[in-house]
Amino acid sequence: MTETAEASKPVELLTFKLSDQEYSLDIMSVREIRGWTQATPLPHTPSYMKGVINLRGTVLPVMDLGQRLGLPVTEHTDRNVIIVVKHGETLAGLLVDAVSDIIALTDEDMQPPPDVSSGAHPGVIKSLTLIDERMIRVLDLSHLVTSLQSDAA
Amino acid sequence: MTSPDPMAEIKASFFIECEELLEAMQDGLQRLDDGDDDPETINVVFRAVHSIKGGAGAFGLEPMVRFAHRFETVLDGVRAGAQPVTPDLTKLFFRAGDHLSDIVRACRDDVDFPPSQSDAILSDLDSYISRDAADTAEDEIEFQPMALSLDLDLPSLDTPPEPPRWRITFTPEADMYESGNEVFPILSALADLGQADIRCDTSKVPGLTELAPESAYLSWSIDLNTTVEEAEIRSVFEFVEGLCDITVARADTAPQTSLPDLPPLVSDPPGAPPEREAVAPTEVSKPAAKPASQPAQANAAKTVVRVDLDRIERLVNLVGELVINQAMLAQSLESEGLSPHSDAMNGLEEFQRLTRDIQDSVMMIRAQPVKPLFQRMSRIVREASAAVDKDVHLITDGETTEVDKTVIERLADPLTHMIRNAVDHGLESTEDRVKAGKSPEGSVKLSAAHRSGRVVIEVSDDGSGINRPKVHQIAIDKGLVAEDAVLSDTEIDNLLFLPGFSTASCVSDLSGRGVGMDVVKTAIQSLGGRITITSAAGEGTTFSISLPLTLAVLDGMVVDVAQETLVVPLNVVSETLTIRDDTVDEVEPGTRVVRVRGGFVPLFDLGSALGYRAEPSNLAGSVALLIVQEDGSRAALIVDEIQDQRQVVIKGLDDAFCSAPGIAAATILGDGQIALIIDPSDIIAHTPKHSGSHAAPLRMEA
Repeated sequence: MTETAEASKPVELLTFKLSDQEYSLDIMSVREIRGWTQATPLPHTPSYMKGVINLRGTVLPVMDLGQRLGLPVTEHTDRNVIIVVKHGETLAGLLVDAVSDIIALTDEDMQPPPDVSSGAHPGVIKSLTLIDERMIRVLDLSHLVTSLQSDAA
Repeated sequence: MTSPDPMAEIKASFFIECEELLEAMQDGLQRLDDGDDDPETINVVFRAVHSIKGGAGAFGLEPMVRFAHRFETVLDGVRAGAQPVTPDLTKLFFRAGDHLSDIVRACRDDVDFPPSQSDAILSDLDSYISRDAADTAEDEIEFQPMALSLDLDLPSLDTPPEPPRWRITFTPEADMYESGNEVFPILSALADLGQADIRCDTSKVPGLTELAPESAYLSWSIDLNTTVEEAEIRSVFEFVEGLCDITVARADTAPQTSLPDLPPLVSDPPGAPPEREAVAPTEVSKPAAKPASQPAQANAAKTVVRVDLDRIERLVNLVGELVINQAMLAQSLESEGLSPHSDAMNGLEEFQRLTRDIQDSVMMIRAQPVKPLFQRMSRIVREASAAVDKDVHLITDGETTEVDKTVIERLADPLTHMIRNAVDHGLESTEDRVKAGKSPEGSVKLSAAHRSGRVVIEVSDDGSGINRPKVHQIAIDKGLVAEDAVLSDTEIDNLLFLPGFSTASCVSDLSGRGVGMDVVKTAIQSLGGRITITSAAGEGTTFSISLPLTLAVLDGMVVDVAQETLVVPLNVVSETLTIRDDTVDEVEPGTRVVRVRGGFVPLFDLGSALGYRAEPSNLAGSVALLIVQEDGSRAALIVDEIQDQRQVVIKGLDDAFCSAPGIAAATILGDGQIALIIDPSDIIAHTPKHSGSHAAPLRMEA
């Protein structure tokens, strides 16, 4: 009884596009979405680190999420946005091509990805789901942010 | 979330108060040591210790109460004039004060404080306590600060004629109530001294419509039959001194009949503090009726508000935003092509001025006088001089100089180090001093002053100065300089700051200085400061630290490199050069040096060091910043253009993402863009060297 109640608790996800693929993030970790502004590059950082931007007085590091996931590099357009996420105490900006929708899913709707270890970034994709016959990848933010920290260290 | 223990909060504020009291005590002791025989001085010390004891009793901090009590007893002896102040006694007082601070800190941090540590000082203190005083001390140790007897021994007529009769008048001022003092405990304490006949004078209380609820209207007259001394009667009013009018006089002959029959105290006439709330809603039209003579008003302590540091941090950040926004607004208005004489531009100018004022005021909030820091140092001097058996006198100057709180906190360690060095290595032994014709007592001077927007702190001693031949020899022995190197005096002095110069092995046979001065220098430099030495043989050595007023803003040079804007801390830039073709030489492929007045300085291209571009082959015409590094070596950083020199607000970078070598922090420029603040030493250290040639110590030109 309680188990089913827990399992069916809906999770709201923010979906967005990265070079024609659809991804999503738990909306609770999203602080805001803002337009793309020129970032100040940081020296000696991985190429997916776009640099830092001024978020109302806070210095916000921004990474190109597509590049981070190994997707082909795309030209920036006006529709590019930065999703500002907070994980623990870390505030970071994720540059994506465009945000699409907010969807509510339950755990039953989500399936684990078939083979996690074979990808270039194991563990980044937490689960998969189908919406209108389109596959949406659910990202594990903790993995994105923490693995970056160990990269940088 | 659990709400914090209310008692813990009160306790925390008690310990903050203790720090203030300890400061006042140190202050008083210092004045006493300087030969101040004003009775108020010893009173201040006594009151501080007494208050600490009182608070400690309330919180059941037994060790504190016990020690403070014995300390207080000796102080009381001095206060009463029974014990003359001797240099030995002030020394003991200092030790006891230090010890009390230790106990307070141990209690604060909940660390066990073994009572045995107090034994030596206690026995020394006890030698000053006379026999009978010690007896009363035992009685008094049952200290119950909160116990307040409410059934007052009020007027009784069968007064025995023997004890002397005192007439006391007591007129509280409004300030007394504001500071949380109550009349009742004072009167009850008086009544404890003997037969008290207390009358309340309500004649000044106006009608209810004219009553100002916050004012004080009441006065009391007390006829006291007691055997105690006048001083003891006055001590009842100790905590309200300056907040009320008190007269104490012998009234043996005065007949009582002249007093009108007034209502007894217990009837609580209107206007008395307990009823204030009841009458508060009344319109206040009459100013507080205050007695004409208020000598105490002038030296009444200024009002102080304790504010959580986080709130101040927030305010500082907000003001930082304001400064940035103001600059952005100025830029956009300018780009609109508005006439400089238009209203908007005039208004902007005013806005700019206000912003600067606000920024300065906010920075002032964080500023604190260096006095507590200096007091800690006086303790270091006492301990260090006792350890090496030298007679040392610490002179402090400019204690009221205000510096950013963070700077003060981070200054404690380097300063401690320097003071110890001055006592240990700077000053000669007593015999040597006498031989050199100096006073046997060495002196160490600690001074602080504001100088052109920076704080200059100096530690100087009147010792023998730096033994330069010896320092030079040690540097050669340690392989820090070439054997045939000819060094100027300043260069030799600066050898002391070299890492590796000072190790324990060389300290013992070194008559000069050198215990970890490189650590001191690094600490000072991390605060954006500079440290310099001046020394004269036979006259002493002076270390001078120059610090920025705050860590929240930085004086920076804004430069352009490969289309990026960067900020270089101004404190490391000694000069700027324009590179000409004929001044650049290639030592070997990839290693270039520039000639600066006969010296060779290695060149680093900032753009390529940060990975912005490939190293340009032709440097002619570019601008270089001459950087003086912590170890005194120099390097030239090539930039494209120098934009400006200005104060920037420092923004921290998230270490998780931005731990790039050479980047210290970031700031937000007037156009809203972020500029990185670089750490030149880090860049130079991290730039791959093609050979070891940079590492060789570079000769400074004379």
